[in-house]
Amino acid sequence: MAAKPSTAKDTGTQPASAPVTATPSSIRRNTGPEVLTGAQAIVRSLEKLEVDTVFGLPGGTILPTYDPLFETDKIRHILVRHEQGAGHAAEGYAAASGKLGVCIATSGPGATNLITALADAHMDSVPMLAITGQQASSLLGTDAFQEADIVGMTMPVTKHSFLVTRAEDIPAALVNAHHIATTGRPGPVLVDITKDAQTGTAPFVWPEEPVLPGYRPILKPHAKQIREAARLMSEAQRPVFYIGGGVIRSEAEKELLRLAEATNIPVVTTLMARGAFPDSHQLHLGMPGMHGSVPAVTAFQKADLLIAIGARFDDRVTGKLDSFAPNAQVIHADIDPAEIGKNREVDVAIVGDAREVLAEMLAEMRSKFPKALERQREPWWRFLNRLKQTYPLGYETHGELCDPQYVISRISALTGPEAVYAAGVGQHQMWAAQFIEFERPKSWLNSGGLGTMGYSVPAAMGAKVSQPDRVVWAIDGDGCFQMTNQELATCALNNIPIKVAIINNSSLGMVRQWQTLFYDGRYSNTDLNTGHETIRIPDFAKLAEAYGCEAIRVDRNEDVDAAIEKALSINDRPVVLDFTVPPDAMVWPMVAAGVSNDEIEYARGIRPEFDGEGEEEAEAAIAEAGANEDGTVRSVAQIEGGLE
Amino acid sequence: MNSSRHTLSVLVENKPGVLTRFTGLIARRGFNIHSLAVGVTEHEELSRITVVVDVNDVPLEQVTKQLNKLVNVIKIVELEPESSVRRAHIIYKVKANAATRPQVASAVEMFRAKIVDVGPDSVSIEATGELGKVEALREVLEPFGIKEIVQSGTVAIGRGAKSITDRALRG
Repeated sequence: MAAKPSTAKDTGTQPASAPVTATPSSIRRNTGPEVLTGAQAIVRSLEKLEVDTVFGLPGGTILPTYDPLFETDKIRHILVRHEQGAGHAAEGYAAASGKLGVCIATSGPGATNLITALADAHMDSVPMLAITGQQASSLLGTDAFQEADIVGMTMPVTKHSFLVTRAEDIPAALVNAHHIATTGRPGPVLVDITKDAQTGTAPFVWPEEPVLPGYRPILKPHAKQIREAARLMSEAQRPVFYIGGGVIRSEAEKELLRLAEATNIPVVTTLMARGAFPDSHQLHLGMPGMHGSVPAVTAFQKADLLIAIGARFDDRVTGKLDSFAPNAQVIHADIDPAEIGKNREVDVAIVGDAREVLAEMLAEMRSKFPKALERQREPWWRFLNRLKQTYPLGYETHGELCDPQYVISRISALTGPEAVYAAGVGQHQMWAAQFIEFERPKSWLNSGGLGTMGYSVPAAMGAKVSQPDRVVWAIDGDGCFQMTNQELATCALNNIPIKVAIINNSSLGMVRQWQTLFYDGRYSNTDLNTGHETIRIPDFAKLAEAYGCEAIRVDRNEDVDAAIEKALSINDRPVVLDFTVPPDAMVWPMVAAGVSNDEIEYARGIRPEFDGEGEEEAEAAIAEAGANEDGTVRSVAQIEGGLE
Repeated sequence: MNSSRHTLSVLVENKPGVLTRFTGLIARRGFNIHSLAVGVTEHEELSRITVVVDVNDVPLEQVTKQLNKLVNVIKIVELEPESSVRRAHIIYKVKANAATRPQVASAVEMFRAKIVDVGPDSVSIEATGELGKVEALREVLEPFGIKEIVQSGTVAIGRGAKSITDRALRG
């Protein structure tokens, strides 16, 4: 060891080989770990973690890190206009690719602006890393300029967080953060790094693997639980797959397709799972929940077995919990043990990764219950197919202006399933979830859990960066668009040609819909004045042009196709389409909040009827259930009651 | 009330902020912490939190699962009353003059507690034991007038040779 420094010194004296700027690393070459500043260690660590893109905005306490970030050619930094945009862009990047999304902000307000995106990623299990600058460690807790206890503030909305106060702790913190964010149930991890940790120096020691004694996600399901699940699936007369976003996060779509096809069991995909199973597939029933399809909602209510995979029995799915799927036994598989049994008691609990769970379920069915795989469950399918025929998704046309559902279905039809669609939150989000035909996972990005208005433009931006060869649509509302449209500047300047379709009903549409239905049409503070025959503040077309985007306004259904085709032909800049739609269009079907799913309305005041032939089919299903081995008369009586 | 009182012995990483994460999660679920004791263990890198919460079984299972998700939490074990030893340490300052002091002293003796300070108008009494015992002592002292109570959190340990820490580190 003692001889080595002199070797380095000799090398340093060679005039030709000496770098012009002698950094600590060049002096200590060959002497063990390279000495880096904390800021350099951050950039080096991100490179080693194969991060190729970060979204961020610099400020005082993160400045040291922006210096080496300026030099690296391995990481593309995209300068956003607001840190919330960086956060949602990182989410969109992650959700469209399955990789980690990374955002950077400075301390204080920079960090607090990330909180909404962190909370969003936490609710929707998005793998995300947020790096924030922090005041110098000597100033912590003194209300120093731009100081905020961001670790403390974000504890409830992050999967984990680190406060790093020493340069030497940076590589391990980032390795651990990456591991936590991307494994198990994915989620956001915050790494808050003090300014002195960034400016200090330390040998760069790369940990071979994360050291996290208290973090051991369970991926492999328990064989006994799989066997029990397979047994229930083999016996069920009216089973349904209840597929959640976990199937997309674990990339389990092939395993799901195989198991569903092998068992001939219908599939329902939640808002977070749209695209996990092809919409065009005959086994697919649509989306459940508050604005779910009649077949999907009814299938849950009449089922005798729910097979929930990577789903969490959210209140927007279950409606009034104690009348949700009242006759069903429940198999609940999730990678997060805390989700199982949280809202609904389960009969078979399986902790594990969705992909392994689905693969092992199929293997178990094939080896132990091969006969069950031949069952067609004809009465159940007759009942469901009748529902599909009788209650397809539809909408009323309102005449003069564009119909929002028509606009969205044309965007889907003309763009196709290879595109990525990101929505905001509200009516347009529900219409997009209903009327876009999803055929592949990671093609649908939205804020499902937190319901963050303003998600779509930055999320689409992030998605387009990670999927440059795909068309990326932001389906947005006029309310949502006004929350984050500043990122159009980022898109225009960084050659991120997203397409934004504003479903402009000149109001906070979903709130307005509730005011129509539940507040006697008293439209308190929901009029935004952006639409047809209003003062149009702002004028979205002019705003888009100001941001360097192509702007197209469409007022009538007959102009929709041409506008979409024009948007699809422009790829050198973002395009904003302002679709003027009537404020009275509503999202149907609907189950009102806190009400039983049995109360689903197909359209206003219209409830599906299960009499006539439909009832016969259901009765046949019930009769078959009655003929089941142990004569489940109990469930027969209950279901008959449920059918009115 | 007691039927829903649970004692959890929790091994955590000995790092800053861990207690905040732990108690923050319990607070977010709206549970009241009845008592809390935190201290070192036989392993330098681990601390132990002994927490007594008032909560029914189903939400307890839920909150335990969520606490287990905390990255800094190594292991959580619920210590059942019949298979564990649990102790709280408490000091009562009670009004006592020359006339009432003998009565106070006799109550203290019955509970095998100890008088640790005597003043002209007060005595301070130290007691160690199961929470039930120290609470019973409190009831007896209350008529004299309790001026101040200082209480440690309950600490608890499983009976027999097994060690939660060893099991956690092996597992």
